[in-house]
Amino acid sequence: MSDTYTFDTKDLKEIENIIAKYPEKQAAVLPVLWYAQDKFGHTDSSVQKLVAETMDIPEAHIHGVVTFYTQFYEKPMGKHVLDVCTCLSCQVCGGYDMLHYMEEKLGIKAGETTPDGQFSIQSVECLGACGYAPMLQVTNDKYVNHLTREKVDKLIEDLKAGKKPEFESMKMPQHVNGSDK
Amino acid sequence: MSNDWKSYQPLLIPAIRDLHEISVYEKNDGYQALKSILSDRKKWSPENVIEEVKDANIRGRGGAGFNAGLKWSFMPEPDGKPRYLACNGDESEPGTFKDRKIFEYNPHLFIEGAIIAAYAMQVDAIYVYIRGEYRPWVHKLQQAIDQAYEKNYLGKNIQGSDFSVEMYTHMGAGAYICGEESSLMESLEGKRGYPRVKPPFPAQRGLWGRPTTINNIETLANVPMVIKNGASWFKTIGPDTHPGPVLYGISGHVNRPGVYEYPAGMNIMTLINEVTGGIRNGKKLKALIPGGSSTPPLRADMLDGVTMDADSLREVGSMMGTAGMVVLDEDTDMVDLIWRISVFYHHESCGQCTPCREGTGWLEKTLHKINSGDGEIRDLDLLLAICNRMEGRTICALADAAAWPVRYSIDRFRDEFEKKCKKTVYAVA
Ligand SMILES: Cc1cc2nc3c(=O)[nH]c(=O)nc-3n(C[C@H](O)[C@H](O)[C@H](O)COP(=O)(O)O)c2cc1C
Ligand code: SF4
Ligand code: FES
Repeated sequence: MSDTYTFDTKDLKEIENIIAKYPEKQAAVLPVLWYAQDKFGHTDSSVQKLVAETMDIPEAHIHGVVTFYTQFYEKPMGKHVLDVCTCLSCQVCGGYDMLHYMEEKLGIKAGETTPDGQFSIQSVECLGACGYAPMLQVTNDKYVNHLTREKVDKLIEDLKAGKKPEFESMKMPQHVNGSDK
Repeated sequence: MSNDWKSYQPLLIPAIRDLHEISVYEKNDGYQALKSILSDRKKWSPENVIEEVKDANIRGRGGAGFNAGLKWSFMPEPDGKPRYLACNGDESEPGTFKDRKIFEYNPHLFIEGAIIAAYAMQVDAIYVYIRGEYRPWVHKLQQAIDQAYEKNYLGKNIQGSDFSVEMYTHMGAGAYICGEESSLMESLEGKRGYPRVKPPFPAQRGLWGRPTTINNIETLANVPMVIKNGASWFKTIGPDTHPGPVLYGISGHVNRPGVYEYPAGMNIMTLINEVTGGIRNGKKLKALIPGGSSTPPLRADMLDGVTMDADSLREVGSMMGTAGMVVLDEDTDMVDLIWRISVFYHHESCGQCTPCREGTGWLEKTLHKINSGDGEIRDLDLLLAICNRMEGRTICALADAAAWPVRYSIDRFRDEFEKKCKKTVYAVA
């Protein structure tokens, strides 16, 4: 039911600006879905319907796109989604240990959400931070690198207290050791 | 190469504070290559720019190693209708984490390279496709693009010339396959990322049916220095057949993992033992995945004298890929590792082609069986038979990328696979 989710005039203006970047309206489907997910926290069937109506694109197409891409949430998720990389480099550097530690700590399995709706955990594919393994991403945004149990504890406490992680610049070792003019 | 690398000064990402700011970039000769082109249009006609870049032989840093200038020359003559450049910042091949360094530390070098490419191919708009997980880096690049617009390096009548081009960022949403160039175009057009059947090639029918060229981010970052210093200078860096600087993303069991910039053709053992400080905890090296998850793993004893360039790696039976090197120590369980890689490819197969959709599933299932101790020796033959039915039979190269690590690991680490299999004794009839 799209009446529970609506775009206001400011949203519609933003969406118009997004569409203007492309020669064809349909190209704006991914960025508009991102916009909707940022606003509503997910892109479930009612959000898909809203996007379809707003863009005048068949709902079936929007649904097809949402289900193809892993970052679009087809149903509401926890307030904080912890995406733990267990792929290649993270696998061999303890990614699964971190995942299991978090599962134990939060009392849920990967793919589940805590009963209070605070946290979801997912085991995900390579996030492009392989040199900083093991690592995770918080709700499609900041990366937390070189995970340890202590770091996980602190992250979860911080998130509970409403404190989100900062962007962490992972310097090139050559820059750290070499001359920084 | 010997010890030359010790005195190497990075060219793609030099150690200059705040280089991501346009004023700092300009102070360090930034946008000079573009300006010199626009101020001498006779010397730097679009054809001449393409010739120079072709001569430099910048081999695509997205994995396939194709000469960038040669690819540009495939674009047809302009016909007055739109043409596009799509920049590939999908960076989703496991083990690869280098393009984000350019977005973060030297975004204007990439932007300048893309503008020069747009000039040479006479395109109207540049789309930069960046994986959705890189959202913080998309913002960083967008800031740099905004600065470039303010200074009229982008937009209408650039630096007072008749050359105009627009640049947009486009964020993916979690799909490895969208790094494959035709899938990337589908995704940019707002669809599911199903790779297209080739031909037609992108230069004939690309984005919105118009001529399009796709280049990797790092590939384009090499362009300004080629224009500034010439192709012959560029070819003095690294091997003749694979010249230029390379961002080596080194991960796994080394003491100092990270992204390093050195000439192409670095000696692999030098990178492992000296550059990244050797294997951590005093362990021994077991294997190396040289250029992302799809490049066949090499045993430590195969690495003697091997260098990071297309020729040297081909000789030992692997590939340069993205130069995302995953270093594995003696304790690594290769069966577990290859099983996890097969999980990745099964998850990321778009499902269009039967050999890939079914094959990646069977690889995962069979490897899981072996990995959990329920496999039999004959399952190794089954795995190879599945690989045979996948390779070279699909719309895109994902199926090959999924099969190679399995095939070559069974060949190179067979004892480990056999050790995990049940000792089944068959009755002799
Ligand atoms: C399954 C698959 C995934 C790919 N992923 C990427 C990627 O993430 N980034 C990239 O630049 N190229 C990727 N490529 C290669 C692209 O198709 C294309 O060759 C490349 O972007 C061209 O740029 P280059 O010539 O500058 O390297 C991928 C190819 C395949 C088959
Ligand atoms: S090879 Fe696999 S990923 Fe590529 S188009 Fe076919 S099914 Fe899709
Ligand atoms: S393998 Fe985990 S970030 Fe690449």
